[in-house]
Amino acid sequence: MALLDINDLSVSFRTNDGVVQAVNNVSLSVDQGETLGVVGESGSGKSQLSFAIMGLLARNGQATGSVRFDGQEILNAPPKILNRIRAEKIAMIFQDPMTSLNPYMRVSDQMAEVLTLHKGMSRSKAVTESVRMLDAVKIPDAKGRVRLYPHEFSGGMRQRVMIAMALLCRPSLLIADEPTTALDVTVQAQIMTLLAELRREFGMAMILITHDLGVVAGSCERVAVMYGGRIRETGPVGPLFEAPAHPYTQGLLGAIPRIDQEGDELSAIPGSPPNMTRPPAGCAFEPRCPYRREDCACQRPMLDAFAPARARACFAPLDDVLQRRLPQAQTTMQGGQP
Amino acid sequence: MTRPLLDVRDLRVTFHIRREGDLPWTQPRELHAVGGVDFSLAPGETLGVVGESGCGKSTLARALIGLVPAEGQAEWIDGKDLIGLSPRQMMKYRNDIQMVFQDPLASLNPRMTVGQIIAEPLTTHHPGLKRAEVKERVKAMMEKVGLLPNQINRYPHEFSGGQCQRIGIARALIVEPKLIICDEPVSALDVSIQAQVINLLIRLQRELGLALIFIAHDLSVVKHISDRVMVLYLGRVMEIASSDDLYAAPQHPYTQALLSAVPVPDPAHDMAASVVPLAGDLPSPLAPPSGCVFRTRCPRATERCAAEVPVLSGAGHQTACHFPGPLTEAEIAFARRTEAA
Repeated sequence: MALLDINDLSVSFRTNDGVVQAVNNVSLSVDQGETLGVVGESGSGKSQLSFAIMGLLARNGQATGSVRFDGQEILNAPPKILNRIRAEKIAMIFQDPMTSLNPYMRVSDQMAEVLTLHKGMSRSKAVTESVRMLDAVKIPDAKGRVRLYPHEFSGGMRQRVMIAMALLCRPSLLIADEPTTALDVTVQAQIMTLLAELRREFGMAMILITHDLGVVAGSCERVAVMYGGRIRETGPVGPLFEAPAHPYTQGLLGAIPRIDQEGDELSAIPGSPPNMTRPPAGCAFEPRCPYRREDCACQRPMLDAFAPARARACFAPLDDVLQRRLPQAQTTMQGGQP
Repeated sequence: MTRPLLDVRDLRVTFHIRREGDLPWTQPRELHAVGGVDFSLAPGETLGVVGESGCGKSTLARALIGLVPAEGQAEWIDGKDLIGLSPRQMMKYRNDIQMVFQDPLASLNPRMTVGQIIAEPLTTHHPGLKRAEVKERVKAMMEKVGLLPNQINRYPHEFSGGQCQRIGIARALIVEPKLIICDEPVSALDVSIQAQVINLLIRLQRELGLALIFIAHDLSVVKHISDRVMVLYLGRVMEIASSDDLYAAPQHPYTQALLSAVPVPDPAHDMAASVVPLAGDLPSPLAPPSGCVFRTRCPRATERCAAEVPVLSGAGHQTACHFPGPLTEAEIAFARRTEAA
């Protein structure tokens, strides 16, 4: 049985401009100890997906579908049940460590609070345990620095504090929402190495939410690519990067400049992402897709398995996409015209 | 060799920091945000500037256009030193040096239409132009950067991030500058939009023979766009070389560590095996290490590095290091051990 089983999850928000469908019919599962990467651009719904799992949606948000953790339904569960699961079983780290830590509390107090609340530890024991966890995330002089306030740490160290805090109760699943986006590359490399080590050590599963395909390639086993609130393609990281089967995945991989290759012109994806207040009737990627066909604008492709562990949502024939054969009628589109 | 468009010698920017509780007569502490930078830029060339946050990339850009007071020398192609010019004298050069900023929406005035925003530099620098001609040129420029000319009366909030950055580029180009300084022009954009803007910048640069100073923290983007690349650390130049040389054979230990940390979108690439970790944190720029500023995190540092400031040397491929050259296996292993400790 999968550790986390998401079935047909949708998230919508009531706003003054109408209902925004942020996430649509997403089904995913994460096994024990596995790392799943969720990739998407801003507005693709990747963060709202994680907020829905954790029961952290904004007040005007509503989630439907099912999220089962260890067989137990946790979507829209009452806070009493959620509070047992959050931190103890599922922990989350966020993009900006400065705004996620309480600036008025010493690190020792924020960390100990988790343990006294969830594990019923005494304060002194909780602080000792916190120091041990800060040691585990390689904060030098953890004993001395546990008394400091968050602003006294650098960005990378703050993210380490966040990770230490998330791991205090030894969760079996860690959701990391853009954990390194605010950090410099050298610090990013340190944090990603650290996360990999800790995952091995604690046997923890992870959902890594990011826009950076490089980070996904280096740390995930499976990937789900999101666009316009839906999963477009999922598969094991190796085959997906080697032979992307969805035009959007292909476009994304072609659009990033690479440090390990000489490149000429980047193959940019023309146009811009869809407006989710007025979602298109058909495939949301249709206006930007070089493989688009007539029915793409009115019908919505469903996620279909086409190889072991791989699935994609696209009407264009698989072979055409894999071999990059563009449809005949399609003339090359002008990059960047709105 | 042709005369460089811009020749920068020993450029320094010093901020005076007062601490809370300082008495009025206490000497403020000095922060050397840019501590003696030398480089030259040929007409039509792209110079990439990379470094981590706090290394002085943006301050360098702001110093060149006179937005922060600087010392040293920055000689323009006509022989004039741009540093220390009065605003009136600088006006002439502002036409030739334009800037594109990081946050596309924040750098556009929300209460001006796109047409007004793009026209503003033109009407400022060429007040004699007729209104019809200004409008004509604005429309031509909008077309050039991939905006529809009939959107001339719209406001910035009606455009997406990528389109706003195109407006920012149009505003910089309208006065036909010789040099554009781009400060993180694509870091706020999504991957698919980022590629559009990069391609646009490269195309315009070739068409118009512009020189670019391209500041970014994304080393892959800089590699893609630059002819030459300059690596900064704590306000000092560590290495400057042609893009091909620098990425293929970095000579400074810091450059090597920096390049090894860039994630590669290829699952076969073993990050853990190739990354050279840097021990510790970036030192405070208020109290930089003596000698070589990188020595506290360098696997190769010796006593000489603490005593002597390394000079940028070499022909073409310049490195500021007493012991340049590729890191050996032993040094990388040493770096891993010190990082783990």
